[in-house]
Amino acid sequence: MIQEIPNLNYIEQLSGGDLTFQDKLIGIIKTEFPEEKAIYLNNIESSKFKEASENVHKLKHKISILGLEKSYEVAANFENNLLENSAEGKEDFENILKSITNFLATL
Amino acid sequence: MNCIIIDDEATARAIISQLCSNVSSLNILEEFPNAMQAIKFLNQNEVDLIFLDIHMPDFTGFDFIETLKNPPKIILTTSDPQFAIQAFEYDCIIDYLVKPIVQDRFDKAIQKAESSEAPSKTIKEPKNAVETASGNDLYINIDRRLIKIDIPTIYLIEAKGDYINVKTEDKNYTVHSTLKKIEDKLPNDLFLKVHRSFIINVQKIIDIEDNSVLIKKDVIPVSRSNRPELMKRLNLL
Repeated sequence: MIQEIPNLNYIEQLSGGDLTFQDKLIGIIKTEFPEEKAIYLNNIESSKFKEASENVHKLKHKISILGLEKSYEVAANFENNLLENSAEGKEDFENILKSITNFLATL
Repeated sequence: MNCIIIDDEATARAIISQLCSNVSSLNILEEFPNAMQAIKFLNQNEVDLIFLDIHMPDFTGFDFIETLKNPPKIILTTSDPQFAIQAFEYDCIIDYLVKPIVQDRFDKAIQKAESSEAPSKTIKEPKNAVETASGNDLYINIDRRLIKIDIPTIYLIEAKGDYINVKTEDKNYTVHSTLKKIEDKLPNDLFLKVHRSFIINVQKIIDIEDNSVLIKKDVIPVSRSNRPELMKRLNLL
């Protein structure tokens, strides 16, 4: 899968140039994303697919906020697979998480 | 319009709050990470518009709407386009915004909300959530689904405001109903009301101490007036 690069286009557009809001929202994402990722990894490790699908659902929103349109589709498919008790798409999804983790570390 | 935001994700709440800040007619009263907190607020405050996430753990947006006797206008905010058809079965739902929400689309939703009349006060009453009991089964209504519970697996029922928390061996269910309604559906020989807020399955008691019983890991108070009946049920040596 070709890796997309996260971006801040949506956040910048939403903020209308309000840098305080941009900083606030990025701060919230930097706090919330690692927490949600950790819960997901814990659930998938324990083969709790239903719970993991709920974690993926939440993470999906952050994927879309960071402009990762194709990755969003990958996450949506993975969420559906988990609901059907299949972990197909796990590796691609976790690569997206890595990409976001690396990106957030640069902000 | 006075608004509240209900979403379990802090990022989503911050985004909706920012979108609202660009619309002068909107006044955000409060934000909530879950529906239960919002219900308490709505019991004491007038709200014109709710931004409501559908996909929340324990208590979905639709569960929440079902609890409201006179719901205000509601704009759903969700990552799930597949709920759109279900959403429009409710008169109070004005619009359905798919995340990530952009300002233009948000503004259109607000225009719809402003031009629409307040939802009918005669909107359907929440259904009696404890529907039927037959034999060993009890059906409870959660999110428009009737879920079957095997009655003997219930070990505790706790009243919590307008809700009851039904605890079973496998799972806990929060249902919009009363202790009285569920008490009428349960077999008398198995269940006993030991306190105004608790019904227990007497077969699941682990021990009894003074004015409390231990069931699983829950310590449940026993009212003085209910204690004689509880003692009668026990096979005392």
